[in-house]
Amino acid sequence: MSNPLVDMQKPDVIFCIGTNMTECHPVAATGLKKAVARGAKLIVADPRRIGLAEISHLYLPLRVGSDTALLLGMAHVIAREGLIDEEFIKNRTVGFDEFFEHLSPWTPEWAETITGVPAKDIKTAAMWYGSADKSAIYYTLGITEHICGVENVQSLCNLALMTGNIGREGTGINPMRGQNNIQGAGDSGALPNNYPGFQSVTEPANQAKFKREYDTEIDLEKGITKVTALELCGDRIHAMLIDGENTLLSDPDRKHCEHALRSLEHLVVIDIFLTETAQLADVVLPATAWGETDGVCTNTERRVQRLRAAVPPPGEAKPDWWIICQIAQRLGFNGFDFDSPKPIFNELCRVSPIYAGLDWERIDKGAKNGVNQWPVPHKAHPGTPRLHEGEFVNGRGIFSNVHYRDPAETIDDAFPMWLTTGRRLQSYHTHTQTGRAQGIEYLLSEETLEVNPADIEKWGLSDGEWCQMSSARGSITIKVKATNRSPRGTVFASFSFADVPVNLLTGSGYDAITHTAELKVCPVRLEPL
Amino acid sequence: MAQKLTIDGKEVAFSEGETLLEVAERYHKEIPTLCYDTRLEPFGGCRLCIVELEGARNPVASCTTKAAPGMVVRTATAKIEAYRKTLVELVIGENREVDVHPLRGYASGELANLRDRYGMSSEGTRGTGPGRLTGAMSGTSKSDDNPFILRDYELCISCYRCVRVCAEQEGDHAITVMNRGFHTQIATEFDGLLKDSACTFCGQCIQTCPTGALADKKAMRASHTVAQGPVRRVPSAVETRDSEDLAKENALAPETTFDKTRTICPYCGVGCSVDILTQDEKIVGIHPAMDGPANLGALCVKGQFAYDFVQHPDRLKMPLVRGEDGELHETTWDDALDRAAEGFRKTAAAHGRHSIYGIASGRAPSEAAYLMQKFIRVGFGTNYIDNCSRA
Ligand code: SF4
Ligand code: SF4
Ligand code: FES
Repeated sequence: MSNPLVDMQKPDVIFCIGTNMTECHPVAATGLKKAVARGAKLIVADPRRIGLAEISHLYLPLRVGSDTALLLGMAHVIAREGLIDEEFIKNRTVGFDEFFEHLSPWTPEWAETITGVPAKDIKTAAMWYGSADKSAIYYTLGITEHICGVENVQSLCNLALMTGNIGREGTGINPMRGQNNIQGAGDSGALPNNYPGFQSVTEPANQAKFKREYDTEIDLEKGITKVTALELCGDRIHAMLIDGENTLLSDPDRKHCEHALRSLEHLVVIDIFLTETAQLADVVLPATAWGETDGVCTNTERRVQRLRAAVPPPGEAKPDWWIICQIAQRLGFNGFDFDSPKPIFNELCRVSPIYAGLDWERIDKGAKNGVNQWPVPHKAHPGTPRLHEGEFVNGRGIFSNVHYRDPAETIDDAFPMWLTTGRRLQSYHTHTQTGRAQGIEYLLSEETLEVNPADIEKWGLSDGEWCQMSSARGSITIKVKATNRSPRGTVFASFSFADVPVNLLTGSGYDAITHTAELKVCPVRLEPL
Repeated sequence: MAQKLTIDGKEVAFSEGETLLEVAERYHKEIPTLCYDTRLEPFGGCRLCIVELEGARNPVASCTTKAAPGMVVRTATAKIEAYRKTLVELVIGENREVDVHPLRGYASGELANLRDRYGMSSEGTRGTGPGRLTGAMSGTSKSDDNPFILRDYELCISCYRCVRVCAEQEGDHAITVMNRGFHTQIATEFDGLLKDSACTFCGQCIQTCPTGALADKKAMRASHTVAQGPVRRVPSAVETRDSEDLAKENALAPETTFDKTRTICPYCGVGCSVDILTQDEKIVGIHPAMDGPANLGALCVKGQFAYDFVQHPDRLKMPLVRGEDGELHETTWDDALDRAAEGFRKTAAAHGRHSIYGIASGRAPSEAAYLMQKFIRVGFGTNYIDNCSRA
């Protein structure tokens, strides 16, 4: 997030797109509700009539996968109506003139033909976003889990840049991160293109630094992404070390994924449960869980915080860091003789400029609002609650002349309905944790497919009964639930329950740059059982 | 320029918009409160926080009165203290019990603390009445069989903190105040079950309730299980016992003690601060951290109630390796680690260093992710490492 969570109460106009915040980030959503109660205007763009839509002032029910078109239409209106921030554009951006030209054909009327959202609503959204003093954008996987995830994000940046809505309180472009330390995993360098602290692996200075630091040669080119690695299993990739991820349920195209992992010669999984993925491993190593492990994590607003152990682990479970060190030492690798998490974190801080001012003690002490939010470039630095104040790290903000593209697969006679996926409030991800918490089943006992009543009628289904749902990759049976949250033509399910493996169906494509899977769009067919 | 007023004979500075209570608290005056929660709009319902204000005919509620320059305030005159004592006595006299199970909720001991402060003994002050609220008689709330929230309205003192936290903090508006006077009642919109209301089971109402009228059923159940010694069998949520039984039983356990450990919620990326409550090495509950920088005391159903996966019987306790028979078998750490290392060595020898890939976790601490990438980069000299954010 460019802005801290406390900023959520400050904007005049809030634009939420592709984020079901009341269910996925409920506590953050309370900030938005307060802003609305205070008088802020809320615009919500989502294919489904989600909780936020109910409290919005303007709801844009766009077709799944048409975000870029909607955002181009909005940018067109902002440019045409002169709602741009000329000062900001002149001082802090490049490429506006070309972008201005680029926008001319993408009228809201054109956007209506792609998105299904009335042109007048697109205009209103643009007028609100463009004319407010402080407008903020919030998004989640509804923006990134598409083949055009990068274009979607660039389109949001375009809006913020042309209106100067970045680098100030109550503005910004704010992706909400899904897992408690997904930000920290990236910060720590578990990425094929970056060393720790987001230092590019293709930058010669960084290469030299890590050659020295790790006392070893490292490839000068980027690694491959997880998605590519899974595709190459059995072909070029023959062994994997997987830490705490239930790849088989969370990744798209389950059949392909299972086949990939089975074709490995050697699979080692570190986890707290014998997940579907761990069941395929040659070696399964029991890790300590949350509440049993000391360490550090980073939240969605770049705040680095301390995790503490409260209870001893079961049986012989060990911390992840210990397990990795033990394997490394057996292989004779250098630099793995750690006896606690503290020196490991301090090493991460030492090699990462964005963490340079942090260390275990500083995190352990905790801090008042804002203090441990990175970048923290040196010890005396107070931390950075808000990014891009005054200037961008990489110089100037660049406008991207994006084009709309159809999803990898579109509906046709064989698969006439759109399926979109996501999470539910009471469950989390593949439900390995929430599914083992007493009482959660009282609130959420089974997976259901949310279908508009008109579609139930149209396809001969009945509410509460099972149906067969098929895509180009396979089919599953799932219980039907009638609801107006799903618009006509679009159905929704989560990927929380192993007995309803929705990811058997999804996986039609990937974003060409980030390799994020198109989990949000999948053409399907529904038949009564 | 700082503005000044006088509290208990001392001139103190305050800033625009502060209430008398806030100013007084900054100067360590211990003004008692009941309907007050720092995170909520002041309500002015209980009158316990009254102070004397020179020039005002009657004492004023300090939680709702804004500080103004030149005010002269007395926070603890004999008259005020006597009045407060009477108020506390009144409230206590109407409640079924005062010493409640400490795991009922974050603030559930507030009323008992006030009783101690005003030197009343438990005997003689413990109320005999059925509770002043007809809410206590309301069939639906009593029989609410949800596994998380006990609704024991006989202990309700109408401070409305639950209703206000639900509306102001959560924005959920699941519960409201019905009727007036002696018929006042806290209920869901149609006086039904929480499950059928807008309630998201965030648990905020439990944590703000000053008497334990709304209580953490799950924590009390867990604590009870620990107290019973070795578990006969893990009770499932389906057989949640009747709230009334539980309430009675837990009235007996006010001396239960537990430890707190500050950490971060294991679920989403908001990173809410929580305190894990433990009793004999068992996690029995979660309190939101009121000073948590990302959540400021708020939590959602997952952070509040979905913690017990940690000590679930399904947890892996021993390393496993695949045997000749194709099945996974328990083994020693040494054996498992040797097997893990050997496999990587062989694969690298046979197919080269680009045949090995690492996937780090978005849920483990950063030290794990850091070492995962170091393992791949140092060990194989590649950038063949990723984390689970792409799906
Ligand atoms: S649990 Fe949360 S949503 Fe439900 S009544 Fe209490 S405060 Fe409201
Ligand atoms: S309590 Fe809920 S909102 Fe807060 S971090 Fe946990 S899952 Fe996220
Ligand atoms: S605390 Fe001020 S009136 Fe209750």
